[in-house]
Amino acid sequence: MALIELKNLTKTYRMGDIDVHALRGVDMKVEEREFLAITGASGSGKSTMLNILGCLDLPSGGEYVLGGIQVSGLSKRELADIRNEKIGFVFQGFNLLPRTSALENVELPLLYDRAGRIKNPAGKAVEVLTRVGLGDRLHHEPNKLSGGEQQRVAIARALINEPSILLADEPTGNLDTTTSMEVIEIFRDLNRQGMTIILVTHEPDIAHQARRAIELRDGRIIKDEVL
Amino acid sequence: MKWKSLIKVALKSIMKNRMRSFLTMLGIIIGVASVIALISVGKGTQADISGKIQSMGTNLLMVMPGASGFGGVSRGAGSWHTLTLADAEKIEKEATLVTQVSPVVRESAQVIAGRNNWFTSVQGVTANYTIIRSWPVDRGAFFTDRDVKTMAKVAVLGATVADTLFPGQDPIGARIRVGNVPFTVVGVLSKKGQNMMGSDQDDIILAPSTTVLFRLGDGKWINSITVSAVSERETDAARSEVEAIMRRSHRLAGSEDNNFSIRTQTELNEMATSVTRMMTLLLSAVAGVSLLVGGIGIMNIMLVSVTERTREIGIRLAIGAREADVLVQFLIEAAIISLMGGLLGILLGLVTAGVIGRAISASIVVDPLTITISFLFSGIIGIFFGFYPAKKAAALNPIEALHYE
Ligand SMILES: Nc1ncnc2c1ncn2[C@@H]1O[C@H](COP(=O)(O)OP(=O)(O)OP(=O)(O)O)[C@@H](O)[C@H]1O
Ligand SMILES: [Mg+2]
Repeated sequence: MALIELKNLTKTYRMGDIDVHALRGVDMKVEEREFLAITGASGSGKSTMLNILGCLDLPSGGEYVLGGIQVSGLSKRELADIRNEKIGFVFQGFNLLPRTSALENVELPLLYDRAGRIKNPAGKAVEVLTRVGLGDRLHHEPNKLSGGEQQRVAIARALINEPSILLADEPTGNLDTTTSMEVIEIFRDLNRQGMTIILVTHEPDIAHQARRAIELRDGRIIKDEVL
Repeated sequence: MKWKSLIKVALKSIMKNRMRSFLTMLGIIIGVASVIALISVGKGTQADISGKIQSMGTNLLMVMPGASGFGGVSRGAGSWHTLTLADAEKIEKEATLVTQVSPVVRESAQVIAGRNNWFTSVQGVTANYTIIRSWPVDRGAFFTDRDVKTMAKVAVLGATVADTLFPGQDPIGARIRVGNVPFTVVGVLSKKGQNMMGSDQDDIILAPSTTVLFRLGDGKWINSITVSAVSERETDAARSEVEAIMRRSHRLAGSEDNNFSIRTQTELNEMATSVTRMMTLLLSAVAGVSLLVGGIGIMNIMLVSVTERTREIGIRLAIGAREADVLVQFLIEAAIISLMGGLLGILLGLVTAGVIGRAISASIVVDPLTITISFLFSGIIGIFFGFYPAKKAAALNPIEALHYE
């Protein structure tokens, strides 16, 4: 069974009187251990799709099945729990808490780990920070870290709850080329260790680092290729 | 839920904005401080007054000349001449619910002892007055019934008068002149202190009623009659009895108003406590309003804080916080701010009460219940006024919150 299955997924935003069709029927399957890049022009619906995949938003129509669960019918509370247990999210703007150390930022999702799935929380945060190469920056606050380092803290935060899938929306959008490649290398590394990754980007160079790429246009998939 | 972590998160955000948190607390601090100070001083004053009234004897009745006016307060009580020694004798003879009766004749006079002199109040009473007022002599003896009968020129000095006229000497047996009349000092009263109006009760000379009435006074009209009922419970019955006797003594027809009035200590006590209670209530209302203002202050700052931290809320929601988690986080923050304010307010209130108490030389009653209630109440205010902002935070859409600039 596929980890992710989208069937005729649509998303329509209402802006006053007009309907904005961000997604117009997307069918897609993602297997475990895949490394998928979503590309497409600005406004093609990439973020919309990723937000739905990340359970931050609900589709207007169609089906989204994640690990055998029908997401469309879940309550807000169940969505929150799925975000905490199954999904790691990395944003373009890093979205770290200011004036809060790297370690505390990374520990944040554990505050909402109700089931206590993660044993030894304190050690776990150090472990994931070391894994992204920040073992020596544990107590730095975001404004004392470079952009690349901040994004690596964000990746560590996404990893701490041992999610089954890592989602990243333009994770290199705010970084220069060299740093972008460093961050992508971390993703590739994680994927080699078995992590399923879906990454949104509009840079072909970045997309080519993935193993599969789909292209969106006007809310539809127009290309799906294995690289 | 992980309460320890949630409280840590709240404390951290409070500490990050120290000045703002303090200003937010200020309303609560002032509100709680005024409640604590007012109630402590109010209760203290009430206890002082009750204590003083108790010290006069709780089963006392006072018959005063003049009709009682509106609200039980005699219009110019004592300014009318309606009471005589015969009234007092009649009460003593006929009343069954009364144990002691003493007429009181009040005069003011210059008192001279050797080279010292002093202007004071001279009260003519009977020998049982020390029992009625539970006011024993400290040195010497009180005068006797015989002294009253024979109009003896003997005097018992209040402590203040004794100290002023005979500093460092034993006044017993000494001769003093009251006005133009020579008296022999037979005793000195024990110290009684101030009465509830704050005047010195020891600045007095007691002498036989007859002596004062005929040697110093007009020989006919007395100022009041002090009566003690058989027990505190019987004071109301005794009062009716005394009233009936007085009406007969004054030959008042059925339709005529009393030309005297009777007051009981219980009444005085109630009057005094109701005044302080009113004051406490009034001031507490003021304090309540400032607590309300404090609560609104909390709500205001929390709303600002929610707006400022929209992104943080977005992050928390995105990584799996439930709406309830965000709600609880902000409620805890509001509760901690107001509880801290409550705590500081209690300390400030106690200090203020101490300062006020010293300034007006009143006692302070620190009531643990009041303190507990104020503390809990400030927490409730925080939660109540923090609820709307917290609800607003929890209802944020995670995507919109994340993109909030
Ligand atoms: N909250 C919203 N309300 C209304 N319309 C929206 C909303 N979010 C997105 N849209 C619209 O949906 C369409 C798809 O937007 P989306 O953000 O998914 O594009 P994108 O592919 O991520 O673009 P970009 O590369 O610029 O980030 C756009 O036309 C956008 O204007
Ligand atoms: Mg986008």
